[in-house]
Amino acid sequence: MSGYFSDLYHGTKSLLVGLGVTFKEMLKPTVTVHYPRETLTITPNYRGHIELVSDEKTGGSLCITCGMCARACPSACISIHSEKPEGSKKKILTGFELDFTRCSLCGICVESCPTDAIAYSQEYNLAGYSREEFHMDLLGRLGKGGGSLT
Amino acid sequence: MDTAFLPPELLRMLIAALFVVTVVFVNALFMVYAERKIAGHIQRRPGPYEVGWHGILQTLVDGIKLMTKELVIPRDANRMLFRVAPLLAFTPVVMPFLVLPFSENLTIIDMNIGLIFILAMASLNVMAILVAGWSSNNKYGLFGAMRSVAQNIAYEIPILLSLLSVVLITNSFSMRTIVEAQISGLWFCLLQPLAFIIYLIAALAETNRAPFDMPEAESELTAGFHTEYSGMGFGLFFLGEYTNMFIVSSVAVAVFLGGWSGLPLPMDAWTGAFWFLLKVYILMFIMIWVRWTYPRVRFDQLMNLSWKYLIPFALLNLIVTAVIVKL
Repeated sequence: MSGYFSDLYHGTKSLLVGLGVTFKEMLKPTVTVHYPRETLTITPNYRGHIELVSDEKTGGSLCITCGMCARACPSACISIHSEKPEGSKKKILTGFELDFTRCSLCGICVESCPTDAIAYSQEYNLAGYSREEFHMDLLGRLGKGGGSLT
Repeated sequence: MDTAFLPPELLRMLIAALFVVTVVFVNALFMVYAERKIAGHIQRRPGPYEVGWHGILQTLVDGIKLMTKELVIPRDANRMLFRVAPLLAFTPVVMPFLVLPFSENLTIIDMNIGLIFILAMASLNVMAILVAGWSSNNKYGLFGAMRSVAQNIAYEIPILLSLLSVVLITNSFSMRTIVEAQISGLWFCLLQPLAFIIYLIAALAETNRAPFDMPEAESELTAGFHTEYSGMGFGLFFLGEYTNMFIVSSVAVAVFLGGWSGLPLPMDAWTGAFWFLLKVYILMFIMIWVRWTYPRVRFDQLMNLSWKYLIPFALLNLIVTAVIVKL
């Protein structure tokens, strides 16, 4: 019998406190977002798939085609195509492809890039009907809104 | 009107039947929506929002979906009992509407055993759950059914005892007499506060709602007794649950909260139903509020609450009431 009435008292009290908490929460405004119509602003720390950064002066890519990212990638999902035009000292980038189906979003490519030509995008609405949709031509995306994401 | 063709008593029956069916369905539609909305806001989200203005048509659409779905019967189930159980769950919860005193004139029948009739019908609900769980031939279903039986045995006693202490005062089981006793005197929730609280707690357990939803217990028994039910079979259980909420709230209002009495309205004999329904829906709001506040109790806690707290206090209350009435 010991604790019979104190259990009753404390139990009832804590139940009433609980009801008070939920009632107060009910009157507060909702915190969720009506998704398709409203979206949250994505934090700069968000790690989406990689995206080429555009050069502010030329509008092209900062990439010097060194291939460090492709070599650093543990899943081998980056392939870089480049060519050296006649009379030029530098190679220029002709294609930068990302096989996002194999990417593990580790970010080693971003860290290894010597010219900071790669950044994370903030795109999270990724859905498609075929895997080919995720073989991304990053150079083609550059300048179509893709490159402006830094 | 040709009274020989349609005698007034038959007309009254037809209107009553129509009224009951309407109340049952409209109440369920409204309560499911209210429950989801209130649950949403307690969890700081908007609840149903997409179908109609603020999701107002959501339950209607859900209802249509349920009706168009196939009723799947498991191969090893007892086919006849499996089919009968949803009807058995739905019929007894509709019957108590016959004696509920909505207002002075809006009472279908005023039986002199009204309260006992309601309690008898309410206890039949357990049978339906047992039949459903048993005939499903499913371990979760059987567990849910067994829990429901144990729980209802434990909680029917405090309900009876708490209502009995009111009956001792009014000397009548007729719902109308009980309400009229409160109009001329005090509401019984003031005269019998302990019985009122015990009734509310036990009624919550009687409707199998959280925190006493042991028979369903999503996280333990998938869906308990209605695990195997789909389509309108499940729909009838669902309808039964919300109608049951309405019934226990109505009994609480009629017995403890003064029934149709309230501030005077024009045409009092009819419009008293407004006060009755207002009180019923306030009680139902409290039931929803409680559901979304408390976690589910464990089975031993459930039994402890009934046998160690509710029943002794209800007995004590009954004895004290009996002594005072006798004096």
